[in-house]
Amino acid sequence: MSTDLPTLPRPAPVVFYNDPKVRSIAYQIALFAVVAFLVYGAASNAIENLARARIASGFGFWNNVAGFDISQTLIEYSSRGSTYGRAFWVGLLNTLLVAGIGIVFATILGFVVGISRLSSNWLLAKVAGCYVEIIRNLPLLLQLLFWYNAVLKALPDIRESIAIGGGAFLNNRGLFLPTPIFKNGFGAVEMALLAGIVGAIVFRVWARKQQERTGRQAPVLMVTLALVIGLPIAMFLLAGLPLGFEFPRAGRFNITGGAEVLPEFVALLFGLSIYTAAFIAEVVRAGILAVSRGQTEAAYSLGLRPGLTQRLIVVPQAMRVIIPPLTSQYLNLTKNSSLAVAIGYPDLVQVFTGTVLNQTGQALEVVAITMLVYLVISLVTSFLMNIYNSRMALAER
Amino acid sequence: MTMTEGDLAEIAFVRRATIAPQPPPTKMTGALGWLRDNLLSTPFNIALTILIVLLLAWAVPELVKFLFIDAVWNGSDRDACLESVQHREIGACWPFVWERLPYFIYGSYPISERWRVDAFFLMLAVGITWLLWLNAPRHDLGAIYFFVVLPISSFVLLTGWSTIGLRPVDTVLWGGVLVTIVVAAVGIVVSLPLGIFLALGRRSRMPVVRSLSVIYIEFVRGVPLVTVLFMAGVMLPLFMPEQLSPDKLVRALVGIALFASAYMAEVVRAGLQAIPKGQYEGAMAVGLRYWQMMRLIILPQALKVTIPNIVNTYIGLFKDTTLVFIVGIFDLLRTIEVARIDPKWATPVTSTTGYAVAAIFYLIFCYGMSRYARAMEARLAKADRC
Repeated sequence: MSTDLPTLPRPAPVVFYNDPKVRSIAYQIALFAVVAFLVYGAASNAIENLARARIASGFGFWNNVAGFDISQTLIEYSSRGSTYGRAFWVGLLNTLLVAGIGIVFATILGFVVGISRLSSNWLLAKVAGCYVEIIRNLPLLLQLLFWYNAVLKALPDIRESIAIGGGAFLNNRGLFLPTPIFKNGFGAVEMALLAGIVGAIVFRVWARKQQERTGRQAPVLMVTLALVIGLPIAMFLLAGLPLGFEFPRAGRFNITGGAEVLPEFVALLFGLSIYTAAFIAEVVRAGILAVSRGQTEAAYSLGLRPGLTQRLIVVPQAMRVIIPPLTSQYLNLTKNSSLAVAIGYPDLVQVFTGTVLNQTGQALEVVAITMLVYLVISLVTSFLMNIYNSRMALAER
Repeated sequence: MTMTEGDLAEIAFVRRATIAPQPPPTKMTGALGWLRDNLLSTPFNIALTILIVLLLAWAVPELVKFLFIDAVWNGSDRDACLESVQHREIGACWPFVWERLPYFIYGSYPISERWRVDAFFLMLAVGITWLLWLNAPRHDLGAIYFFVVLPISSFVLLTGWSTIGLRPVDTVLWGGVLVTIVVAAVGIVVSLPLGIFLALGRRSRMPVVRSLSVIYIEFVRGVPLVTVLFMAGVMLPLFMPEQLSPDKLVRALVGIALFASAYMAEVVRAGLQAIPKGQYEGAMAVGLRYWQMMRLIILPQALKVTIPNIVNTYIGLFKDTTLVFIVGIFDLLRTIEVARIDPKWATPVTSTTGYAVAAIFYLIFCYGMSRYARAMEARLAKADRC
């Protein structure tokens, strides 16, 4: 039957320019050439323009004396003695400070609002929903300007400072807080705190082992609280209250003593936390809704109470969904902190891309360094995130 | 002795007639039942409800008082809105907004030429309605109008062209809502096609194409928009030959468009990944080339499922246009900033009034877009179920 199949002629070899491999290589070479040409053109233009404008290049400016003041410095800095490099670190630390505190506030507020949106209380759910809709649909810059210009700058001036209890003052120049003064013997309290934390961790490990072995639960929460809070307090009392406060004193034109929190910082912190919290709330809501109803029902049928069900069944599963988008919200908050430049908080962009750029004129180097910093923060975070994700991924059959 | 049917019926105590269904207890239904279920189910809930009612009872009247009851409606300068002059509590200062409204909308665009801006707004509105209204005829023509005709004609209309009798208007004079809309529109029109190319590049099998796309996307997404705008503002002129140095607005537009397209690329990529492999294989099996496959089979499906996410990206872009403020361009927010410190109107309430106007503007646009995205999502979900 299969004897007289017509013998097909061998297909003609593909012409070389129709060969997919050849084409693909040709396309890539062409694209690479175009990009290389653009980069080369930009670079040669830049060199020519810089030479014409007599702008120095290179990173030599890093060690020159900065000669400008910064209103908030976490490390030692003076306009006369410190270099541009030092100003860079001051700006970077200010960025990290506002981002770090902002992340804590935004997380707390975001979780509260996100859970509220799912509340069985109709009114609470609606109020939380309104919060999310309004805050998410307004530009962050508008919110920052509102907090700074319409709220904080509208506060009374120094002579009519608002006393907010505990020796703190609030006026249009910022928030003035008492600073603690550590007297002799405070070191013992610090040691007690350290010992308490170590003890609590050890107890936790032991409690878990015991539960796995015998099934009995130890009062972990109470013991942890006693060790971490009770022990230092006891030591504090024993050592004879070795702590004093320096209170800010309101003068006629100035407030002396205590610690000053810049209004720019407060406005930025408020704006960033409230804005990001609206996004975190949506992440949290989506995460909780992602845990199927059957999980809760199964937990109830095993006899777990609602609180325990939430803690042991729903939250751990929701966290797996919540954490990746939560990290990207944290990154957004950090990147958005660069809006500080609009209200004059001395963050990295304001100090470095603003003042240093204006003084040195070395746009290329300054903008490149600034971008590199944010890029490193982003890449490190997403690297850690990938590790976390691979550890948390569902072990499927 | 045997029992007959009738005897059994006699001693049975089972009711044989069906009782008509009783209404549920009044406590469980109607307004009262709703209150019990939704507001007062547990002591904790009761406390929460009371707390929120108190909060609302304080906040809502304050807001209404500020915006309407205590607001000033007539006046010609700051005296009308000063507590020390009027001897009463002062809310929003509306005459300030009323007088500065043309500035908020057109910036310093020459008054005799402002009809051109109005014409631009109208053309844009037509284009947007055509594309977004799903039952509108000829979406293909709409797309050509929106992505080709509209950009060219608005460019001519707004910048001017002396040969056809339109006086040239320097972009320095543009401002307010005009600039906000122009920046947003350019971002929207440029970022989608560019984003599609980048997304396809990222999924390409050619290593050079893929790595260039990945580097671009990850780089732009890793840095704040402010630094991209600074880069466009100070570095773009360095990279161009001296005689071609672009003006300030164009630099910001380039920055916004490049930034938005990286985010758009990720959105489109998610849509491409959602298309089953069989669609690609089917397209290749019927002999389509790469671009034919993408244009006819893959992209129409991928873009359809990503419409909600694309609109969400546009909302982000629309809010981000405010950042051009930082590089010295007169968008709506900056015109408000300039107007609110003008000595003619400077009062304690001027700032809040100005920000309230901006808030209402952005809220209307962004909320409208998010409603649209949600409606699309519902529609797609319904189409899926059928």
